[in-house]
Amino acid sequence: MPVIELRGIKRHYSLGEVTVRALDGVDVDIEKTEFVAIMGASGSGKSTLMNLIGCLDVPTEGSYILDGLDTSGATDDGLAEIRNKKIGFVFQGFNLLQKTTALENVELPLLYDRGGGGRDAAKKAKAALERVGLGDRLHHIPNQLSGGQQQRVAIARALVTRPAIIIADEPTGNLDTEMSRGIMTLFRELNESGITIVMVTHEEDIAAWAKRKIILRDGLIIRELRQDAGGAA
Amino acid sequence: MNASTLVRLSLRSILRNRMRSLLTSLGIIIGVCSVIVMVAIGEGSQVSIRENIASMGTNLIMVTPPRGQNAANRLVIEDAEKVRREGVYVGAASGVVRSAATVVGGIGNWQTTVYGVEPDYLRIKEWNTGEGDFFTERDVAVRAKKAVIGATVAKQLFPDDNPIGKQFRIAKTPFEITGVLEAKGSNAMGSDQDDIVMVPLSTAIGRLRRSKYLQSIEISAVSEERMDEAQSEIEAILREAHRLGPEADNDFNVMNQAQIIEMASSIAKTLTVLLGAIAGVSLFVGGIGIMNIMLVSVTERTREIGIRLSVGARRRDILRQFLTESVVLSLSGGLIGIILALAFAALLESALGLRAIVSPLFILVSAGFAAAVGIFFGYYPAHKASAMNPIDALRAD
Repeated sequence: MPVIELRGIKRHYSLGEVTVRALDGVDVDIEKTEFVAIMGASGSGKSTLMNLIGCLDVPTEGSYILDGLDTSGATDDGLAEIRNKKIGFVFQGFNLLQKTTALENVELPLLYDRGGGGRDAAKKAKAALERVGLGDRLHHIPNQLSGGQQQRVAIARALVTRPAIIIADEPTGNLDTEMSRGIMTLFRELNESGITIVMVTHEEDIAAWAKRKIILRDGLIIRELRQDAGGAA
Repeated sequence: MNASTLVRLSLRSILRNRMRSLLTSLGIIIGVCSVIVMVAIGEGSQVSIRENIASMGTNLIMVTPPRGQNAANRLVIEDAEKVRREGVYVGAASGVVRSAATVVGGIGNWQTTVYGVEPDYLRIKEWNTGEGDFFTERDVAVRAKKAVIGATVAKQLFPDDNPIGKQFRIAKTPFEITGVLEAKGSNAMGSDQDDIVMVPLSTAIGRLRRSKYLQSIEISAVSEERMDEAQSEIEAILREAHRLGPEADNDFNVMNQAQIIEMASSIAKTLTVLLGAIAGVSLFVGGIGIMNIMLVSVTERTREIGIRLSVGARRRDILRQFLTESVVLSLSGGLIGIILALAFAALLESALGLRAIVSPLFILVSAGFAAAVGIFFGYYPAHKASAMNPIDALRAD
């Protein structure tokens, strides 16, 4: 059973009298342990698709089943719970809380877990930081960390709740080549240990790390291809 | 997210902007402090007034001209006499006139208050002469130029001599001092009760004043249980003396001590409410300050809100977070205000001799009020924060 099942997904925005068809009928299945890159030029709908997969937004039409759970008709609170339990986000700009230690940043999703996941939050957060190689930076605040290290903290925060998928939005967009390679290597390791990753990018060499590419244009999937994960970056 | 985490989070974000937080809560600090101090002064003056009147005598009943119409005064010395003679429930009664006067004698002169009273007056006031004698019924009958002086007057005019038997002048009329009153000290309002001269009522009316009318008749009922009977008896006696028909209104006003206290403290109560309300306005303004800063804070922290939403915070979690922050801000301002108010009240008492009574209940009420201000003025910004779209919030600078 696929972990992500998108059927006939449409997302239309009305801007005054004009209707923008950001997504206009997308069908995608993503299996467990896949590493997918969603590609496309700006305005192709890839960000909209990512927001929908991440349950930050809801489709105008179509159905989305995540990890066996139908998300259509979920309330705001329901979507919040899905984001909390099933999804880990990694953003281009890291999106860490400033003046807050790495450990506390990673604990954050656990604090919003209403099902007892918050127990031993510090212990779980420490384990996640060790997994991304920051076991010695627990009490550093973002300003004291390099870009690559900040992105690792963000990845640890995404991992800490053991989500069904990790969604990465241009994860290397703010990093130099060296740091980018480090982050992509980490993603590959995580994927090889069985974690499903959906990554949005417009860079070919970053997309090359994924095992599957989905290419969007004008709100539609125009091409899909599977590849041997390279790592040319 | 549990309550203690929320409070910890709020404290951290408040301490992160120390100066801003202090300035924001300054409005609440000043508001709470001034409300408590104003009400404390009001309460203090109420208690002072009450004690002051209670110390005027026991089982006191006072007959005065009809309220607000001194011109319609028809109380005369014969009325006081009739009340004293005919009142079964009347223990003692005395007509009273008072006027400010300069007394000259001994080593100089002194500005004081001269009371024209009758011999019963001392009993009504539970007062005694310390030395010498008070004047008698006979002295009143013959308008004797005799005077009994208070301890302060004695000290001012005759610091080294025994004043008894000495002559002195009240507004140019010579009087003989027959006694000195026991020292009583200051009353609850802080005025000196020993700064007084008493002369026979008839003498005061005949020689010191132009009017024959009394300012009041003071009466002591036979017992506390008989106050009501005494009051209606006095009323009947005076109606008869003034020949009032059954339809006519009283041309005088009879009040017992409880009623006098009530009248006087109602003025103080009104004052308390007024002062408290004015101070309350500053609390309200303080609340607006909190709302203003919380709105700024919400805008500044849009990105943080987006992050929290993306990791699974529900809207109500965000609402609670910002609401807790504004309540913690206003409540800590309130606590500082309470501490300042206690210090200020103590200072007023010791430095100015003002009476300020801070009741524990009112401290609780004002702490609760500060918290309510935080909720009321924090709700709109918190709601604004919680209503954000996570996608837009994450994109904010």
